Amino acid sequence: MKTDKMLHGKGKGPRKRWTRDDTELFLLSLPTLLWYAIFAYLPMFGIIIAFKVYKLQPGGHGFIYNLLHSDWAGFSNFSFFFSSNAFTMLLKNTVLYNIAFIIISATVAVGGALMLSNMRNKGASKVYQTMMFLPYFMSWVVIAYFVYAILTPERGYLNGILKSFGVDPIMWFQEAKYWPFILVLLNTWKGMGYGMVLYLASITGIDQSMYEAAVMDGATKWQQTVHITLPSIKPVFIMMLILDCGKIFNSDFGLFYQVTGGIPRSLYTTVSTFDTFIYQAIRTPGTPIGRTAAASFFQAICSCTTILIANWVVRKIDNENSLI
Amino acid sequence: MRKKNKDLESSAQINQIKPSTNILFNVIFLVLGLTCIFPLLFVFSISITSEEALRSGGYQIIPAELSAAAYQFLWNERAMIFRAVFMSIVVTVIGTVITIALVTTMGYVVSRRSFKLKGIYTWIIFIPMIFNGGMLSSYVVVNNILGLRDTIWALIFPLACSSFSVTICRTFFRTTVPDAIVESAKIDGAGQLRIWAQIVLPISKPVMATIGMFAAFGYWNDWFQASMYLDDKRLQTLQSLLNNVQKGIEYMANNPYGGLSMQEYKAAMPTESVRMAIAIVIIVPIALTYPFFQKYFISGLTIGSVKE
Repeated sequence: MKTDKMLHGKGKGPRKRWTRDDTELFLLSLPTLLWYAIFAYLPMFGIIIAFKVYKLQPGGHGFIYNLLHSDWAGFSNFSFFFSSNAFTMLLKNTVLYNIAFIIISATVAVGGALMLSNMRNKGASKVYQTMMFLPYFMSWVVIAYFVYAILTPERGYLNGILKSFGVDPIMWFQEAKYWPFILVLLNTWKGMGYGMVLYLASITGIDQSMYEAAVMDGATKWQQTVHITLPSIKPVFIMMLILDCGKIFNSDFGLFYQVTGGIPRSLYTTVSTFDTFIYQAIRTPGTPIGRTAAASFFQAICSCTTILIANWVVRKIDNENSLI
Repeated sequence: MRKKNKDLESSAQINQIKPSTNILFNVIFLVLGLTCIFPLLFVFSISITSEEALRSGGYQIIPAELSAAAYQFLWNERAMIFRAVFMSIVVTVIGTVITIALVTTMGYVVSRRSFKLKGIYTWIIFIPMIFNGGMLSSYVVVNNILGLRDTIWALIFPLACSSFSVTICRTFFRTTVPDAIVESAKIDGAGQLRIWAQIVLPISKPVMATIGMFAAFGYWNDWFQASMYLDDKRLQTLQSLLNNVQKGIEYMANNPYGGLSMQEYKAAMPTESVRMAIAIVIIVPIALTYPFFQKYFISGLTIGSVKE
């Protein structure tokens, strides 16, 4: 965006007339434009639901009619959500899990990529990459089956091992204390192939002559890593970080909901996040839609704010790498 | 002489890690790689273990007693299984085609520097990357406003486009279709639509492959849309079938197809191994194809991370 402005002088310049070209390009983009209008922008107006007490109006009208004729609720939906017991629990869970995910995933991805790029046998390195990429292509529903097979109390693999060592079996799906570790482990496991390959791609793109020069100067492998490789992958790292920060109030719904087996009661306060809360509210008939919308809207606003803050911080420190 | 050779060799290898470190790295990645393969093999081995062995010995890596009962059962239930496979394929194919169409056209349009609305379009694409209406609003739009509940369009449209893919496409077209080519085609009298069909489409195969792969795996793996919008069991895809089975194997027993009574049905069903067998039916197509498509994913990821 910045470069375009520079190219066209002060951003205005001589006004170009609308040409046939523009019409044709517009037509070409029309279907996608419609998609954006309906599936990206129309939901944004859904925030209005959060300020309404949605009631079916007499006369069998459509949703929008009913919504517009419902009473305004002011901020009551929000205050209900903020003062409920669930709110602090959800906020804490969502943010803390995400912070753990971001730190651990980034470390594993960068560390793994550095190791892979230094391996002598490139063929084996390719095989490992392919193996580690597999979980990325599996849905959480499928992974939930893996977890079930390993953790289910009576027949599960892990309890079988415990039994053979004479240890009492553990009711994994009822013991909340294990789940933060299980979830972090699974999240890292599913994403590690993707992360490593992403960073590996940017490491392979580094100009090799820099390393040759460093070897001439007698730099060790470690020094090369710290002074050449890491600075070179910084732009990608920062971009991933900003994007991850934008998702800090979101959660990978499948991980929290499917893997735990639909969130049993005993795990509720440990594994619930905004997304699971909203999903359960949508699926529970009779939940006032305005309150669910308030939770949903709060989440969207927080995400937007964090991504802008993260970008602003990066821009202050290092203008070149900011996203916007 | 021998020594000199050795010196040469070591100077070529001077910038490599020590052999011992290399072995260590190999061991680490071998272990990590195996943890990724292991669950798949484990689930497969459960699916071919007899129900009695599972009952008495629990899940074992090496089946205590082999049995094809689970697959036999799925074969007997093929009406349901094939329907789910069919729905998965239909959703994946239609979805992927629509996605490619929506993403590449938009990607091309915003890649044209001369386009008058380019500034507005950039914002239209950018804003959804940082702000969205949230899960509930999307649900209301699809369910209440568009009324797509219990149609396959509810599985297709919400996932049909994303700003991320459009950005990948735009970057691709910026570099592969320079303005000069378009200008010269225009001098020859071609309009943008013809340029699109005759110049842009033929050379955009790589980016279509990347976008298409992302879309195809996304649709094949999607269970979330199905769990939100599908009540009609006839429309369920493999993922939603698996999801429903996970919620309770009774589900299948409550929906007998073969004309058996509920009791007969429950007794005849190798429940544990059947669950795992369905999971295998979903995984196998992915596990067999992803190594070939991996490079497209990587190229997509790297194109997408190029900032302009």
